[in-house]
Amino acid sequence: MSDVTLRSDTDIPDSLLPEDTDGEVKRHVVEIDSHALNFGPQHPSAHGVLRLVLEMEGEVVARAIPHVGLLHRGTEKLIEYKTYPKALPYFDRLDYVSPMCEEQAFALAVEKLLNIEAPERAKWIRVMFAEITRILNHILNLTSFGLDCGALTPALWGYEEREKLIEFYEAASGARFHANYVRPGGVARDLPAGLEERIADWARTFPKWIDDLESLLTSNRIWKQRTVGIGVFTTEQALAWGFSGPCLRASGVPWDLRRSQPYDNYDKVEFNVPVGRQGDCYDRYLIRVAEMRESVRIINQCLEQIRPGPVKVRDHKITPPPRREMKRSMEALIHHFKLFTEGYHVPPGATYTVTETPKGEFGVYLVADGSNRPYRCKIRPTGFSHLQAIDEMSRRHMLADAVAIIGSLDLVFGEIDR
Amino acid sequence: MADPANTPPVAVAGPRAVSGPLGAIAFRLSTAVPGIISAGIEKGELVVRTTRHRLLDLMTMLRDDPRYACQQVMDICGVDFPDRAERFDVVYNLLSVTHNHRIRVIVTTDETSPVPSVHQLWPAATWWERECYDLFGVLFTDQPDLRRILTDYGFEGHPLRKDFPLTGYVELRYDEDRRQVVYEPVDLVQDFRNFDFESPWEGILTLPGDEKAHADRQDMKRQG
Repeated sequence: MSDVTLRSDTDIPDSLLPEDTDGEVKRHVVEIDSHALNFGPQHPSAHGVLRLVLEMEGEVVARAIPHVGLLHRGTEKLIEYKTYPKALPYFDRLDYVSPMCEEQAFALAVEKLLNIEAPERAKWIRVMFAEITRILNHILNLTSFGLDCGALTPALWGYEEREKLIEFYEAASGARFHANYVRPGGVARDLPAGLEERIADWARTFPKWIDDLESLLTSNRIWKQRTVGIGVFTTEQALAWGFSGPCLRASGVPWDLRRSQPYDNYDKVEFNVPVGRQGDCYDRYLIRVAEMRESVRIINQCLEQIRPGPVKVRDHKITPPPRREMKRSMEALIHHFKLFTEGYHVPPGATYTVTETPKGEFGVYLVADGSNRPYRCKIRPTGFSHLQAIDEMSRRHMLADAVAIIGSLDLVFGEIDR
Repeated sequence: MADPANTPPVAVAGPRAVSGPLGAIAFRLSTAVPGIISAGIEKGELVVRTTRHRLLDLMTMLRDDPRYACQQVMDICGVDFPDRAERFDVVYNLLSVTHNHRIRVIVTTDETSPVPSVHQLWPAATWWERECYDLFGVLFTDQPDLRRILTDYGFEGHPLRKDFPLTGYVELRYDEDRRQVVYEPVDLVQDFRNFDFESPWEGILTLPGDEKAHADRQDMKRQG
């Protein structure tokens, strides 16, 4: 410890005083420049491999420049070199949080070009699993969104609930994530015995879980401070920037493809389309919570209306023959061999087929040239447009709000980068 | 249930059905709007083909005219047909949330002729156009941000062109000695084998090593 105590300014020792400048005072003009901040690509709040270059003015975001493509795997190019059945698994790997909804888009596009329609039971299974997928996706999004804003508990509870849903996936398709289940002409196989009851049991208990989640977040003061009024997007902005899904509905557009352009059996189920008014992060959160409740309603209606029957078209040039038949029938064996080597030929034509995936409009622009491989398969990812708007959305927000905005947009880079 | 093997292949430009609201739009576009090459319903979807010069006028009309009211451009993508004079199709998928219809606009272009950018009409178009430029090399005029988007920094070539090989030209790995990521020409242990899987035995008239027997058979056939 030093025993020197400074009683007044004059007592400052000479060694600590600045050097004498001979009376000539230099004036420095200090300009505080905005500086760039690299957010990601390895940042837990970047939801994957987003590299966001933020131009900061202090702690305020002046400009946000997203760099995407770090997970680009050339899916569209690869699909051009695969037969139609082999192209399907790539769709699981796009948005790996909602695999079956994307398979459904490709299956519907191929069915449209082949001019076939899946049997009734297959349609119910598809709708049911699309809604299971929606809940699967929203649980992960909402809870990780909470995690980004400092709420840890929802994520812990959410993973437990997700595990149950993933087990339904596993029971139906044999895989927990990359299902390869929804195929052109139906679904891969019928549901195993007892799965419908298990789903019904789960659907009875799940609304309670949503209540618990809401008790943690919806009226939570910190949560509202972090999300209300953050990242506000007006209706006009949301339309101009190509928003879809919950992000568009949060901005006040009552637009849901399941309702307006129904596919499979969505025209036979009743559900509400929740619409927000403010277009901020809190609204996007509320919309997703409300959508989970509607999904449970749809699942219950599916379970009521589903009847035994075939789950794929009987044309064994498009769907594989049953294993039992292959043991006795030469024709079935040939069909099986041809299907898994050559695939099937799709007549020339083009279609832009869309589905309402949990994140929004997922489209497949499929161009067929009459061969057994797609000539061009353009995948319209949902998050691409949402991420593009992040500059406009996070401008003049604080850095921490940019994190909340990323969380509320529900970005998955598997599909954005393709 | 249609059997793809037996149904005759439908021409890409399908029949022009003038029915329903989409048919009415197709009819109105093809008769009343200048610069439309064709407008028709293909597979139940409205497809409008136009030229590059008329694109902006058409797009502005499709967005602002209350009869079309396409508030959103959902997707812009390229398709490559290397055999054509103008090899690229640029496909715009427009959506109207008020009328609940989709309109697909297609223009053709080649490697050097630029397409007018629509980012003034829909700001969302910027990234789609960047993607189209990145993957196909289609140029867009008045697009201030025509950078690559999906491929690597410093990537060369346009990977979705049909003449770009699936395996690409360079591969990269982490070099332990230099302690950095290095790019190298692609070195495949086995050449990329592109099976087309079509008709494994039809079309092969002469099996290898069987030329003489084949010639004999042809002779016998000729003599009856």
